[in-house]
Amino acid sequence: MNKFWVILSHTYLSKLKAKPFIISTIISLLFVVALANIQSIIDLFTDDEVDQIAVIDESNTLFVPLTTNVEAASNDLELVEFDGTVEEGKDAVINEEYNALLVITLNDKQLPEASYYANNISDTGDQILLEQQVQQLKVALATQYSGIDEKALMEINEPVTFQATALDETAKTEEELNQARGIVYVMLFVLYITVMSYGQLIMTDVANEKSSRVMELLVSSAPAVTHMFAKILGIALLGLTQVGSIIILGIILIKSKQDEYMGGIFEYLGFQDISPAVYVYAIIFFLLGYLVYATIAAMLGSLVSRVEDTGQMMLPLIFLIMIAFFIAMFGLEAPDSTIVKVTSFIPFFSPMIMFMRVGMLDIPTWEVMVSIGIIVLSILLFAYIGAKVYKGGVLLYGRSSSLKDFKKALALSKKDS
Amino acid sequence: MTLVLNQVTKRFGKDTAVNHLSLKIPEKEMFGFLGGNGAGKTTTFRMILGLLDITEGEITWNGERINYSKSHLIGYLPEERGLYPKLTVKDQIIYLGKLRGMRKKEIVSELESWLERFKVPEYMNKRVEELSKGNQQKIQFISAVIHKPKLLILDEPFSGLDPVNVELLKHAVIDLKEQGTSIVFSSHRMEHVEELCEHLCILHKGNPVVEGSLREIKRSFGKKNLIIHADFELDFLGNESGVVRYKKVAEGCELQIENEDVSQRIFSLLQGKGFIRKFELEEPSLNDIFIEKVGASYE
Repeated sequence: MNKFWVILSHTYLSKLKAKPFIISTIISLLFVVALANIQSIIDLFTDDEVDQIAVIDESNTLFVPLTTNVEAASNDLELVEFDGTVEEGKDAVINEEYNALLVITLNDKQLPEASYYANNISDTGDQILLEQQVQQLKVALATQYSGIDEKALMEINEPVTFQATALDETAKTEEELNQARGIVYVMLFVLYITVMSYGQLIMTDVANEKSSRVMELLVSSAPAVTHMFAKILGIALLGLTQVGSIIILGIILIKSKQDEYMGGIFEYLGFQDISPAVYVYAIIFFLLGYLVYATIAAMLGSLVSRVEDTGQMMLPLIFLIMIAFFIAMFGLEAPDSTIVKVTSFIPFFSPMIMFMRVGMLDIPTWEVMVSIGIIVLSILLFAYIGAKVYKGGVLLYGRSSSLKDFKKALALSKKDS
Repeated sequence: MTLVLNQVTKRFGKDTAVNHLSLKIPEKEMFGFLGGNGAGKTTTFRMILGLLDITEGEITWNGERINYSKSHLIGYLPEERGLYPKLTVKDQIIYLGKLRGMRKKEIVSELESWLERFKVPEYMNKRVEELSKGNQQKIQFISAVIHKPKLLILDEPFSGLDPVNVELLKHAVIDLKEQGTSIVFSSHRMEHVEELCEHLCILHKGNPVVEGSLREIKRSFGKKNLIIHADFELDFLGNESGVVRYKKVAEGCELQIENEDVSQRIFSLLQGKGFIRKFELEEPSLNDIFIEKVGASYE
């Protein structure tokens, strides 16, 4: 069997069978299930009890309209007119006969004012709702007093019609932009999380081979570059297995609850009808982005000689991906800016940013191809350097992991692989 | 399948690790590399395997440079022992065996017989980290020989093993040689090299100090050891010409002499002096040669 496949399948299978992987996958899947059923879970924990609010209406006119408004706004509140003094009302609240006490009075301008008494005011839900309703009441009364008729008021409050249309025929419509934004968000997060977790895995794996000294045996039986690529792809496959299983489960759950979700967050993210090209680009750029960071991780991992040192080496990687992340976030608002354009050709950032541009703007195909080409070349370059350093590192088991070691390791292995 | 090193030199920056080393290691032989720490043994092995570049000179095996296309013919036991600590012995050897071009089935049956031979069949499904250091070394040795290599390179194979296991490993090595494997190994234990090797090379700070077959090296060394046990005073021998070293022992003395002729002279000198219980002319030990050659250049 080809050595590449031996190493790849060994890397993949030995990790796949390992307890940490199985446990973390199960936990992630449980999270997905929990998330998909979040509505039912919330319902499970919320009591169906209606909060009763005692109201002392000193104006004698406001209780009825307030009750109608509150009942229209929320099912969880019930207003009860309270006969008695404010002090009695407070006692009733303290004795938990009511959840809260609302005292409504009219001031000298005949406008409503309210005081709210509850055992604690940290739970602001009811409070805010009541405040809003009283406010509405006040607005209604105030306009009434100043003689503006209700129809005019409605017109004032109605939102303005503002439609943006792009004149360039190939430019994306507002709707398309929203869709692109949604999928860019998702891809940014998925890439960010995968790089963080699997980059670390690759780095420790490489460092582990160095510290357990098994690598001398390995480089004597297979070329270091083969080894490096097989390892990176093996862990990439592992990552895809995990992410894939989560996504597949997610899709199954969403399909089964389609009605519940449509029109909710998915409409906001614009997932309903995205052109297949965007999906294809998403997959291509995700894989490339993952590979760029994986090869960098492997290269950095080959520099350290002990697993404990990988944390240190993770830092530059985290910085890179964070910068890419922030540029992409900024770019979502201003996809046409120069910085976005420039960084979409820099291999550390381009997987995220070029994808964002493709999604949001109308980019000539050659630009996309050039960007992809640069990414592929730099993947090869990083893996090559990583393999050299890895091999040269056979002789380097120093404590430090400085640039000097890097040069030394390179110098030691200046030769064909 | 002769391994030839021709004027091989390796420099790391300004340091010369190996200096103009020329060797011929015949097929089906056991070749010993001797040398103190930092003599250049491991560097030489890494050059033979192609892990390191050669600064000058060339190394060929069967007329060709060793590269990855031949890795199924080559076995290597590195000086720095290393296995995956979390993997079981079985998975470990299967992986390393596959990398040497074997099939899983062959590997498992070979592994079974090796474990049997090393009297540790119960280790098959144990994780490497659970084994003692000496036992890990056995596993490492198995990983180097499981694919029946034609050329086996063993870097300090016996270090860290107890005498019983040294014997086990020695016999395994001898058997491999008899099955046609050429074996190159390094050691700083003279007795191992003396016992196992036909040919050897003593390296000192990268320079080959002595090289050739064991018998020739001993013969050409010239100096011999002479052991005399007698009832009378022998101190006067210390000043005799031809005596290199005089060492008094409880029962008499041990001399190092320049050549056999000296022993003849001494024999006649001793005539009539008294009772001689022992008069023995010995080949020099490798230890003597090593100390002489390497020790001399320290001065």
